[in-house]
Amino acid sequence: MSNTGTEDTGTMKHPAHKVCWSCKGPVEASALFCDTCNAIQAPGQLDHFKRFGLERSFVVDIDGVEATYLKQQQKLHPDRFASKSPREQALSSQQAASLNEAFETLKNPVARAHYMLRLAGVEPEGGGGHTVNDPELLMEAMEMREALDDADNRMTVDAMIKDTRKQARACENDLADAFAKDAFDTAKKLTTRLRYLMKMTEEARAKKSRLAAA
Amino acid sequence: MALLQIHEPGETPLPHEDERQIAVGIDLGTTNSVVAISRDETPEVLRDKSGGNAIVPSVVYYGEDTPVVGEAARDHINTDASRVVSSVKRLMGRGIEDVKSLAGTLPYDVEVPEKSDDDSAGPMMVRLNVGNRVLTPVEVSADILRALRTRAEESLDQPVEKAVITVPAYFDDGARTATKDAATLAGIEVLRLVNEPTAAALAYGLDNGAEGLYAVYDLGGGTFDISLLKMQKGVFQVKATGGDAALGGDDFDHAIAEHLLALRKDGGATDALDASDAKRLLKTARKVKEGLTDSDAVDVAVDLNGSETSHSVTRSDFEAMIAKLVSRTTAITEQVLDDADVLPEDVKGVVLVGGSTRVPAVRKAVADLFEQEPLSNIDPDEVVALGAALQAEALTGGSDNLLLDVTPLSLGLETMGGIVEKVIDRNTPIPVAKGQEFTTYQDGQSAMMIHVVQGEREMVDQCRSLARFALTGIPSMAAGAARIRVQFNVDADGLLTVSAREETTGVEQEVAVKPTYGINEVDMANMLRDSMVHAREDMLMRLLTEARVEAKRNILAVQAAMDADRALLTPEDDKNINNAIANLEAAMGGDDRDVINDAAEALENASRPFAESRMDSRIRQALTGQNVDAVN
Repeated sequence: MSNTGTEDTGTMKHPAHKVCWSCKGPVEASALFCDTCNAIQAPGQLDHFKRFGLERSFVVDIDGVEATYLKQQQKLHPDRFASKSPREQALSSQQAASLNEAFETLKNPVARAHYMLRLAGVEPEGGGGHTVNDPELLMEAMEMREALDDADNRMTVDAMIKDTRKQARACENDLADAFAKDAFDTAKKLTTRLRYLMKMTEEARAKKSRLAAA
Repeated sequence: MALLQIHEPGETPLPHEDERQIAVGIDLGTTNSVVAISRDETPEVLRDKSGGNAIVPSVVYYGEDTPVVGEAARDHINTDASRVVSSVKRLMGRGIEDVKSLAGTLPYDVEVPEKSDDDSAGPMMVRLNVGNRVLTPVEVSADILRALRTRAEESLDQPVEKAVITVPAYFDDGARTATKDAATLAGIEVLRLVNEPTAAALAYGLDNGAEGLYAVYDLGGGTFDISLLKMQKGVFQVKATGGDAALGGDDFDHAIAEHLLALRKDGGATDALDASDAKRLLKTARKVKEGLTDSDAVDVAVDLNGSETSHSVTRSDFEAMIAKLVSRTTAITEQVLDDADVLPEDVKGVVLVGGSTRVPAVRKAVADLFEQEPLSNIDPDEVVALGAALQAEALTGGSDNLLLDVTPLSLGLETMGGIVEKVIDRNTPIPVAKGQEFTTYQDGQSAMMIHVVQGEREMVDQCRSLARFALTGIPSMAAGAARIRVQFNVDADGLLTVSAREETTGVEQEVAVKPTYGINEVDMANMLRDSMVHAREDMLMRLLTEARVEAKRNILAVQAAMDADRALLTPEDDKNINNAIANLEAAMGGDDRDVINDAAEALENASRPFAESRMDSRIRQALTGQNVDAVN
């Protein structure tokens, strides 16, 4: 289902063209390098999935994406342009930054879900002044936080981390289903839940190191 | 063949061009510094003239004449201690608030400058009173770098103007910028600032062809760093990093010094120490520490205020003194492992860096935590410089290896109520560009204060303040109507630039985050001019080189286009373009930048009709709707 190959999906019949800044000739809008003069191009408005040659889906083969990411960084990173002109250095920095952003977004399930919601025109909860409107989830989070406050040894905290992780994994599976069905309202709710679960795991970890340091 | 030669300006006219390409790796340490060079991916440290020591103590003596750096400066501690500056790295990019936390640990007089009139400035850097001079940490570091540069030039017998300089991964933006400024003062162009642990891993990785997850535990004189790196297919990816910019072997020395004072007090002595006593005592303490690496006990004589006492310090005494310090490093290590979601047993190897990892108690703590013996087959004092040299070679000569580094600390903005809104989380891969939108909270608000901070805490006053600037000229709008986009850019050196823009009108402000040194910009510019006699020539030279690089690229690009679409090239265009290329190549052989740029522009004009017909042709192909790949 997921194609982790290169940029070229082979399905584009009418690739959009722009002018290459270097040889002034035509270059495909999404190309990283000009196929005529080999000059690095500015990153276009490519969506994060397309950048890795993927269809839009919540299920992502992270290892495959990482392999593509590393292969592309080998070509685009500013270290490869240290002796090139300032313009090429600047473009390389932009390309590497866009690639980093795409990889970081796809790698992190919450970021990926937020991104997919926004692509679908749905504003995720919790960011940009939106408040979370899910009393059940808020109650659950409060209970978890209390339990964490009461925990006084690493074993208890470890068990809590394990439990929230299990719940997070289940939540990710549900999210994949919801996105596959374009059920964005459900996906939005599940995304908020996943974000809470991740936050709890983080807080539990912080508590664990505090207990370790004490 | 003749054409090919012209295609490589690096090999053509300038006799110095090749020599200028020499780039060294510099480990600018708190206690010791090392410079190294790599050729054919084989790095070696550069030793003093007698071929002996690779280490240059990061100590500067400010006598009446030119500053003395290294071992020779250290010798002055016994005679003229108040003019000897050491551990200055601890003060790089540091301001008032840091000095409080470092109070008492610094063996010299630190002065906090008055707040400047310029309120937009970031935190003010401290100054040192040394003899009759007032110095910034940047100037002292520049003196050390100058000494390293001289060593490299003497050893390699050619000018050295480029370097990769290492910094602790945990260094914040101010300290990184200060390091780069120090290099500029010393006449060194920084190709890249590389994190010390990353450099160390590079040195080990190339030697061993390692794949997998590695930890680098770096305990130097004044800083502690722990980094997790994943190595695969020639890419070194920093997964997570953490540390303490004020924890190191110097603290071990202090612990021993205090212990010795306590022993003397028990013996009835009352010591009132002045700065030079303190320095001598610390020197003694360091000898004790070093002795305890191989011996179980060290006998030591302490001579202060005319009374000499003898003491014995055992290794277990020492280990008790430093137990708290060592466990602070292991606690930070566990936090970093947690950050990366990694268990100690997932780590394939542990690399030790920094002289303080010679302390047996430190080695044992690391071995216990990771349940394995750490790697230490490369000298821990040299490994960082060796890695930096490899990276310097990779940047100037190309390489199959790539370093992917991360931001060590979160970057954010102050929002209502002094709360930090994080824009870039720590351990985000760099370079990174991220924006966030804010709005106005009052009707008709015409300006917005942008306060950039760095750190992990939630409140602004618990984070480091990096810069403050105002976005002004926001047109009158209702509260909440303006859309102000604040953009953070962190480059491959880990340096931050922040810009703010009101989207509906396009009003924009930008600042490069720079520490201030308690001296104004004019003084800084003078300092730069004084120290770099050839500054202007250097800059003109750089612009000329840039013009040549750009011209070369231009020619190659046009020639590639001619090869690709020869069918579209009219005989007239062909002739015009070739003439323009010949003119540009001739201009590149000269050293007038304007002539080169004019010739480059002429080439662009000559090739315009050809470029346009290529563009038209491609668009026609696309419009016919057939598979473009097949036509190509």
